[in-house]
Amino acid sequence: MANAYTPGLKVTGASRIQKRRRLSILGEVLVNIGDIVTPDIPVAKAMIPGNPTSINVSNALSCEAEDIEQYMVKKQGDPVKANEAIAIQKTFFGLFTTTCVSPVEGVLEHVSAVTGQVIVREPAVPIQVKAYINGEVTEIMDREGVVIETKGAFIQGIFGVGGERDGILQIAVEKDSDVLDGQHIKPEHKDKIVIGGSLMTGAAIRRAHEIGAAGIVAGGVIDKDLVDYLGFDIGVAVTGHESIPLTLIVTEGFGQIPMAHKTFELLQTLDGMHASINGATQIRAGVMRPEIIVPNEDIDVVESAVSDGEMEAGTLIRCIREPYFGQLAEVVDLPPELRVVETGARVRIMNIKLRNSGEVVTVPRANVELIEE
Amino acid sequence: MSAEVKREPITREINSIIATDCGSTTTKAILIEKVDGVYRLINRGESPTTVEAPFEDVTAGVRNAVHELEELVGRKFLGPNGVVTPTQPDGSGVDIYLSTSSAGGGLQMMVAGVVKSMTAESAQRAALGAGAIVMDVISIDDGRKQHEKIERIRHLRPDMILVSGGIDGGTVSHVVELGELISAAEPKPRLGIGFQLPIIFAGNRDARKYMTDILSKKVDLRIVDNLRPVLEMENLGPAREEIHNLFMEHVMAQAPGYNKLMRWTEVPIMPTPGAVGKIIQTVAVQNNINIIGVDIGGATTDVFSVYGEDHEYFNRTVSANLGMSYSICNVLLETGVDNIMRWVPFDIDEADLRNRIRNKMIRPTTIPHTLQELVIEQACAREALRLSFTHHKSLATGLKGVQKQRDIGDAFEQTGSGDSIIDLMHLGMIVGSGGVLSHAPRRQQSALMMLDSFQLEGFTELTVDSIFMTPQLGVLSEVHPEAADQVFKRDCLIYLGTAIVPVCVPGSNPKEGDACITVVAHLPDGSTVEKTIPFGTIACIPLGEAEYADVTCRVSNNFDLGPGRGREVHKPRVRGGVAGGIIIDARGRRPFLLPTDKPNRIRKLTEWFVSLDIYPMDILERYMRQS
Repeated sequence: MANAYTPGLKVTGASRIQKRRRLSILGEVLVNIGDIVTPDIPVAKAMIPGNPTSINVSNALSCEAEDIEQYMVKKQGDPVKANEAIAIQKTFFGLFTTTCVSPVEGVLEHVSAVTGQVIVREPAVPIQVKAYINGEVTEIMDREGVVIETKGAFIQGIFGVGGERDGILQIAVEKDSDVLDGQHIKPEHKDKIVIGGSLMTGAAIRRAHEIGAAGIVAGGVIDKDLVDYLGFDIGVAVTGHESIPLTLIVTEGFGQIPMAHKTFELLQTLDGMHASINGATQIRAGVMRPEIIVPNEDIDVVESAVSDGEMEAGTLIRCIREPYFGQLAEVVDLPPELRVVETGARVRIMNIKLRNSGEVVTVPRANVELIEE
Repeated sequence: MSAEVKREPITREINSIIATDCGSTTTKAILIEKVDGVYRLINRGESPTTVEAPFEDVTAGVRNAVHELEELVGRKFLGPNGVVTPTQPDGSGVDIYLSTSSAGGGLQMMVAGVVKSMTAESAQRAALGAGAIVMDVISIDDGRKQHEKIERIRHLRPDMILVSGGIDGGTVSHVVELGELISAAEPKPRLGIGFQLPIIFAGNRDARKYMTDILSKKVDLRIVDNLRPVLEMENLGPAREEIHNLFMEHVMAQAPGYNKLMRWTEVPIMPTPGAVGKIIQTVAVQNNINIIGVDIGGATTDVFSVYGEDHEYFNRTVSANLGMSYSICNVLLETGVDNIMRWVPFDIDEADLRNRIRNKMIRPTTIPHTLQELVIEQACAREALRLSFTHHKSLATGLKGVQKQRDIGDAFEQTGSGDSIIDLMHLGMIVGSGGVLSHAPRRQQSALMMLDSFQLEGFTELTVDSIFMTPQLGVLSEVHPEAADQVFKRDCLIYLGTAIVPVCVPGSNPKEGDACITVVAHLPDGSTVEKTIPFGTIACIPLGEAEYADVTCRVSNNFDLGPGRGREVHKPRVRGGVAGGIIIDARGRRPFLLPTDKPNRIRKLTEWFVSLDIYPMDILERYMRQS
């Protein structure tokens, strides 16, 4: 076997990008094929059944569950207002009255003679899905949503937190190895997506939060800084739903790691352009990685030739595990036989030449990823 | 009502079999053939699972994995319509093809019952035993307010809900209340945007009419026999069968490409954990032993146990967020840095450790390259296994709420109802599988990980699944038990050795170095080995994988090896293994002797590693000097 298959993250300046925008339940599509949309445009909506409130009528009236129907003044399907009586019990020839009211406005949905409970459902709640990116509607999924297509730059990060946001990209450091600290974040970064180099510090995150930036993108983040900012530890790699006002994306990993040169260079060319970002990450089958999308209808789409993940002698890679974590290297050769590594495991390996020292070392093939420059 | 999922034994001549397991990350294919009258594993292939975009067709991954098999054995198995069956005159194809699956998140369920520790727990056992991940357990007495429960049911989008509650002929009001809760929540299924959520009702038969009235218009309601018809008995079979039916009908049918895969297979696809459970049960019955199986994956850790005189207690639990890649940060979160570092004989900066563990989570396919990384990963595995086993013990219990009749003998043994069934002193075998156990660079590492995390006691055979093929053998055992059994014994199970572990007698307070156990082993070559092992140490007597020794153990007065304080034990057939043979663990149980002060802890860990030849010490000492 002369080569290996290890796909890296997608980092491309000119790509055709399709985004599926789907409702969680069936609803109504609001746009048509060919419509040009912007991130804030709702493209589909649905009505989620309102919250149900259960009312224990038999308790309120101190009667048996099977007796409540005779006291109901509202029947199944009737609309009710908040604090309106739904059941009234009169005793002692009408001298005493006990009333059970609905605490919420809605429709009386169910009366149970078994449990003595009544359910009032509040009005349905509208939900909508927005376009998220600038683009054109190219497909309608009946009652479910749409596909929006655009041309532009597409950059995947390795990990992120925070959901979908959009704003102007703004480079805040000079080099891919520069640390993005609190002092780099200025008031003019409000609503912007700030780009750092090798690290976003805890101070940078807090400052971006204070001034109201839309997001930060950098090579790495220190685990403790992220946990401190979120206020909780991340157990399982499913993110994107944190209730934080900015989206954080790291392109390389945890720790201080210079942003891949190609990624940084591309982001420099996109400085000042409008981007949509999403920190949602789900690492399992069908890995979902955080993304930065920068639409640009004026470019020609040329898909990268190396995106098939094939590796061979001369291919540029990055080590993604200790002891060379984060280092760039060039593949020297890919011996076909299994070799014993320091742990004692017999694994497929490759020999690589480290960029910074020129040293040739052996690493497991599983511990590298492709990188394009 | 759907057609029932049936996997009948196949009676025709079968000479070649391909079985695949579509996991959440990889699809594994194995080829089994009859060689000299015996079924053997011939080869295996694997490929990334293709349930998600851009492929969204599970059969693409199956094709790739089977294609790798084709390349390895130089024969054709694939045709335009999948795996070719039966074997063709030109030698292509196989006699039967079957598959298991946990791809796309497996089977995700919610369960509900009236009383948390009774019917809800029985429902949980039914769902887990059928191979599901239980997302939440709702009960009338679970402490949450009604609106919280409704919100939870609405928020989670399970594949199905199993509702139990009440004994047959009992009161119906609480069961109906559960039905009303679910009806109010209007839950939606995870897959299939326009489909109704399947709900299985396996509760009080007198409540069926009410449940039908409340739920049948909103959900796809299925009614089966009560899983707790009387307080003293569980009847989980009908509910589990219906879960399997619905798994095929709804979950599999909605998952991308499964309709095609179902046409390829002659027998219904089985959920992976269900298949593993099946083979574990088979081994328990065939060997007439109590058994524990554990599968530690990237996302989840499954624990199976079979106990009882007639192997009647089968339990499976899944710790959905304890795993070695996708969920490794949750292991750190649940156990804490200190508990991980107690297994590591060198120092490492906490921030560095946390970053490393996070980087493993976000790049799950990487493997330890340095010994330092391997030791840390195996320390995380110990904690994941320990926590999963604690979870298992809490669910593998006798029926709660049952009045036990006591005789005079029981008066001295006050075990109340609801105690854990897991009795480590009477465990016969433990089977480990999953990458960190199956692929440890040295087999001794797997043995020590299982000893440490399960805190085994008495005499226990330690085994691992060589290449994680128990799922495929599980589904095969339903249609061809002979083939499954032969491959399992010859090619799947690797015997690491037999652990002999004395426990401390209550009230005793032995000190390190005190007399603990003397083992006299008569080996197959006619020689006799006698070893005296002091308290706080570990040692082994080499004995090959297929060899047996006649063993007599004498324990000092502070210890018990099963029959009682200081009592001698004789076992005429103790099996050896590839990881030390007979492993005598005198480090103590109840409590286990792991010093809390750092220098002593590191001294003891190092001593144990040397005793069992766990790691290359020259390299390990380098990391210890650096720290």
